[in-house]
Amino acid sequence: MSISTATLDPTAALQAMAAGATRGYWRSVARRLGRDPVTLTCAGVLLLIILAAIFAPWVMPLDPYKTSMLRRLQPLGSRPYWLGTDELGRDMLTRLIYGGRLSLSMGVAPVVMAFLIGGFFGIAAGFIGGKTNMLIMRVMDVFYAFPSVLLAISLSGAMGAGIENTLISLTIVFIPPICRVSESVTTQVRGFDFVDAARASGASALTIVRVHVLGNVLGPILVYATSLISVSIILSAGLSFLGLGVKPPEPEWGLMLNTLRQAIYVNPVLAALPGVMIFITSICFNLMSDGIRAAMDIKA
Amino acid sequence: MLLYALRRLIYLVPVAFGVSLLVFSLVHLAPGDAISAIVPPDAPQEVIDKLKEYYGFDKPLPVQYFRWLMVTLSGDFGTSIGTGRPVAEEVGSAFVNTLILAVAAILLSSILAIILGTAAAYAKTRIVDRLVTSIALVGVSVPHFWLAIVLVIIFAVELGVLPPMGIGPENATGWRLDGPHLAHMVLPTIALSVIPLGVMTRTIRSTVKEVLSMEFVTAMQAKGLRHSQILFHVMKNAAPTCLAVMGLQAGNLIGGSILIETVFAWPGTGFLLNSAIFRRDLPILQGTTLVLAGFFMLLNLAVDIIQTTLDPRIKRL
Amino acid sequence: MSITENIAPDPGTTDRGGPAQPLLAVDGLRKHFPVPGGILGRSRRVVRAVDNLTFSVAKGETLGVVGESGCGKSTAARLLVRLIQPDAGTMILDGDPVDEPHGITVNELRRQVQMVFQDSYASLNPRLTMAETVAFAPRAHGLPAAEARERARDLMQKVGLDPDRYLERYPHELSGGQRQRVNIARALALRPRLVILDEAVSALDKSVEAQVLNLLGDIKQELDLTYVFISHDLNVVQYLSDRVLVMYLGKIVEIGPVDAIYGNPQHPYTWALLSARLSMDPRKRTTEAPIQGDPPNPIDPPSGCRFRTRCPYAEEVCAAVEPPLSAQGDGLQSVACHMRRSGSGHSKAA
Repeated sequence: MSISTATLDPTAALQAMAAGATRGYWRSVARRLGRDPVTLTCAGVLLLIILAAIFAPWVMPLDPYKTSMLRRLQPLGSRPYWLGTDELGRDMLTRLIYGGRLSLSMGVAPVVMAFLIGGFFGIAAGFIGGKTNMLIMRVMDVFYAFPSVLLAISLSGAMGAGIENTLISLTIVFIPPICRVSESVTTQVRGFDFVDAARASGASALTIVRVHVLGNVLGPILVYATSLISVSIILSAGLSFLGLGVKPPEPEWGLMLNTLRQAIYVNPVLAALPGVMIFITSICFNLMSDGIRAAMDIKA
Repeated sequence: MLLYALRRLIYLVPVAFGVSLLVFSLVHLAPGDAISAIVPPDAPQEVIDKLKEYYGFDKPLPVQYFRWLMVTLSGDFGTSIGTGRPVAEEVGSAFVNTLILAVAAILLSSILAIILGTAAAYAKTRIVDRLVTSIALVGVSVPHFWLAIVLVIIFAVELGVLPPMGIGPENATGWRLDGPHLAHMVLPTIALSVIPLGVMTRTIRSTVKEVLSMEFVTAMQAKGLRHSQILFHVMKNAAPTCLAVMGLQAGNLIGGSILIETVFAWPGTGFLLNSAIFRRDLPILQGTTLVLAGFFMLLNLAVDIIQTTLDPRIKRL
Repeated sequence: MSITENIAPDPGTTDRGGPAQPLLAVDGLRKHFPVPGGILGRSRRVVRAVDNLTFSVAKGETLGVVGESGCGKSTAARLLVRLIQPDAGTMILDGDPVDEPHGITVNELRRQVQMVFQDSYASLNPRLTMAETVAFAPRAHGLPAAEARERARDLMQKVGLDPDRYLERYPHELSGGQRQRVNIARALALRPRLVILDEAVSALDKSVEAQVLNLLGDIKQELDLTYVFISHDLNVVQYLSDRVLVMYLGKIVEIGPVDAIYGNPQHPYTWALLSARLSMDPRKRTTEAPIQGDPPNPIDPPSGCRFRTRCPYAEEVCAAVEPPLSAQGDGLQSVACHMRRSGSGHSKAA
């Protein structure tokens, strides 16, 4: 499990910028995405899962928490439990749909927060340079000394289980790589002549960053951050699987994989279902990320 | 080059300090008293105080940190609260088990990745390329602990040909090179190798493709070199990047094996970490994290040096 | 209000000392860059990019600066607009010391001294329209958006680009020559008095280069500007300059009127530079290289005269003593060479 699965070479996106990353450019990127069937399908699937998760009470009338000792581990296809019931008699389909809420938000939220925090520090380090840069990047190096899974588990293990703690530890895991990418991209942009010209005009640093740097830097950082979402989903599911994340009886795909382990001898397909959801969302996010990267590549 | 290695090593020292600080503070992130994990809730106050003094919890934090640092650097990682055995011993034997699994997984994934990645880069038809890219994508996207469960379901539960858990037959704690032990290793190795397989295939494919597009390859073809000779040169050029990624993945395997080890009850560092967390065995938690992080740092350093040595384009300051 | 009036230098920053006072006087500017390396990532070695730079620029003139790559021209340019802070030395702008207690601030310097960059894909922000790029500096100094836009419109007109067609364009939609015109317009946006041109035409095709050079000449007349024109192209410098400054390895080796420098070079390096130019005359044959050896490392420049390792006339005194700039003849031309300094100890000295 590693964050380097999602390495995006920022210079590729920067070249796109240099070739003319203007409003017309983004429109052409959107057009290219619109013609890409793979990306569109994945976007559609994800949209379906997300909408189902948001509107779950209206989609599924059944209660995800209602247990029933009598109806435990019913096989697939038994009415009205289309996907069977879990080890406590709760409807699987309902729990899978409701599970989307926690699994997806715990996947996306840490990346969003890490984007804000890591992006801020990375851009600051890249633009200011000098001692500030050294200080920030050295601190990030300390976190980089840990493999991401180990860091997440150690932090979660120390803080204890629970949604908030998991969010905190995952955010901390994702801040260093985003910070690194931000710093690298910002340093490159900072070296361009038009930034020098802006400095020579006497504008304040904040104005220069706002007008000249941010517009050119946020694109590549954002693309990199979105490629981390699939990693985050798997990592948060993994934490819940270990009992370090979401606590029962909340429905969450990783946690469900854990509690259903006892069922693999009785109803193996059932036991594997939550993982299928994780797999589908992860692969969709990855394909979309690849699609966006390809659409941004002007040379292709 | 030696100078460069020395520089990087010295560079590591402040980072190592930071790491030790982080690991030390893990204990204090924990809710509740560390003592309350050891003693029963109705223990008399003097016992609690005596234990506090014994473990040094009554001193101010910086003092505690330095005492811990000095003790740890001397090799004494403390004693496990759960088993009472020295932490170094427990972590040591667990580390060996993890290493066995990691080496097997890296070998498997590297060999496959080289074959697949190179084939995809050389492929004339889009089908081969598409196939390999899809395999790599699956490798990167699949939740490996779920794949582990699926493998157990297929091979252990349904087909019954491979054991579902353990490092060896009959609750073994160590590994030997023999049939039954190898059988126990098959499923965990496969599960562990999917992610490195995915990442490395992608990297190898794109690196080899990039090298193939360089003009010196065309020049070699024009000179009439045999395919095998050209391949050799191509691999030489692709080697630094690919080795770097391999090294990184190996590091991630060792540090991130906890999920697979939990599924298979493989007594490695990951499994140890897991049980330490639930027993609130903080010395083990600290010791394991420290060892794993330290190993990861040294591995990264080695990868860095190897890459710098192999790639003459990188400036060695 | 005519177009020229709208973009002439601000009344508040006009002439203070009269024509005799130099617009810019630079004294002893020095900039060394630390070299990374060594055990702790720091080492005591430095790149001596610019050393003891002393010259002045008269009002309304064009001072050409020539030298090979690595001689410190670009560093000097950036020092003049304070993109880089000098390690030592002073700058005096029309009588006012820069960045000193009784003088003007760096910000005020920026209102009067601007720079035109070499055209590259990185000289204009690809995400901004031409209007936004040119209007950025005035807006940053407080000019309301509408007025800044008006000024941008006037400037585009001035540099020969039809505002209605080009204001809303992006850099990638313009050719190299057009982008360079925008670079010039941007530099003029704050109504400066002194414009530093750092290889401003080097990246352009020859025909386009000619157009831009003519534009620069016209603007200079109309707006009463002073230029410092930095280039490695000797012919362009000769065409454009009134006086020329020759740099080598961070130091000035010769300075004087353009005809004197090109017609009667006093320094061996200047002479070598000029002889290296290809002649259109087939009778002139180059039988041997005018200069020997490789350019030395600016990290460890030779002691004494920095050119001595490649100079055919080098003697002991050249290694021992660094030759100062000494005036020749009528005082308009100065050379840093022991051969031209009487009493220096050089066998060829007068």
